[in-house]
Amino acid sequence: MKSLRSPLGAVSGLGSAKGGAHHWWMQRLTSIALVPLTVWFTVSILSLPSLDHVTVVSWMAQSWTSLLLILLVLVATYHSQLGVRVVVEDYVHNSGMRTLTLVTLTFAHTLLAVAGVFAILKVAFGGAT
Amino acid sequence: MRCPATRMHLNTMRARPLSPHLSVYRMTRYSLATSIFNRITGLILSVGLIVLVYWLMAVAGGTRTYVRAHEILSSGFFKLIYAGLIVAFCYHLVAGIRHLVWDTGRGLERAQSKRSAGIVVVVSIALMVILGYWLFLAGGRGQ
Repeated sequence: MKSLRSPLGAVSGLGSAKGGAHHWWMQRLTSIALVPLTVWFTVSILSLPSLDHVTVVSWMAQSWTSLLLILLVLVATYHSQLGVRVVVEDYVHNSGMRTLTLVTLTFAHTLLAVAGVFAILKVAFGGAT
Repeated sequence: MRCPATRMHLNTMRARPLSPHLSVYRMTRYSLATSIFNRITGLILSVGLIVLVYWLMAVAGGTRTYVRAHEILSSGFFKLIYAGLIVAFCYHLVAGIRHLVWDTGRGLERAQSKRSAGIVVVVSIALMVILGYWLFLAGGRGQ
């Protein structure tokens, strides 16, 4: 079938990158997942009898706690990354500054995700005594 | 030299309006407030992620590291942060659910959206009170 894009549009790289809905859809998926995850986390933390190291470690080292915490960290950092990205795209008008901010934020979110998962696994496997 | 059509392309690219540009859309006041507050609370929660990961790393660091971090995390400054995080979390949660309902195509009429904005404010404030009470008063542990 003949493409509906004009030759000029094709040459200058304009038009759909076939990724138009991905950001939007991922933001919805992560927000649906975050409703139970964040509520679970908030209630769990507030229900702990104390926040001393022994109590926290014995809570965190349970399999289901570790698993849900890893999900929480990954989904929350992803959701946050998607959210701040839109804010930067909307309000940072200088294109160099915008790219720099987006790169920094992506790195920061990756670091947070990896550090969070690392910490949870370390506690889960008994490395935090 | 660029052909006129390309120049026109570039010009329209530059002039493209981005999403919620405060100067472009005329919003009634409540929808503007709920929308911008959702963004602000989202940004606050992003900062909260740093606190969460710092705490997780401190737990993983062992008893001595944790004791030091716990001291910092129990300071008055951080209590203010927790208060801010509670406000942000409760609002962002309830407002986010409103967005998810909108995505199913429901509640988009002006009267409905005005009513749901009111519901979001009332429910999120109720949640803030419950969580604030639980954190700062009931347990008395202030962390």
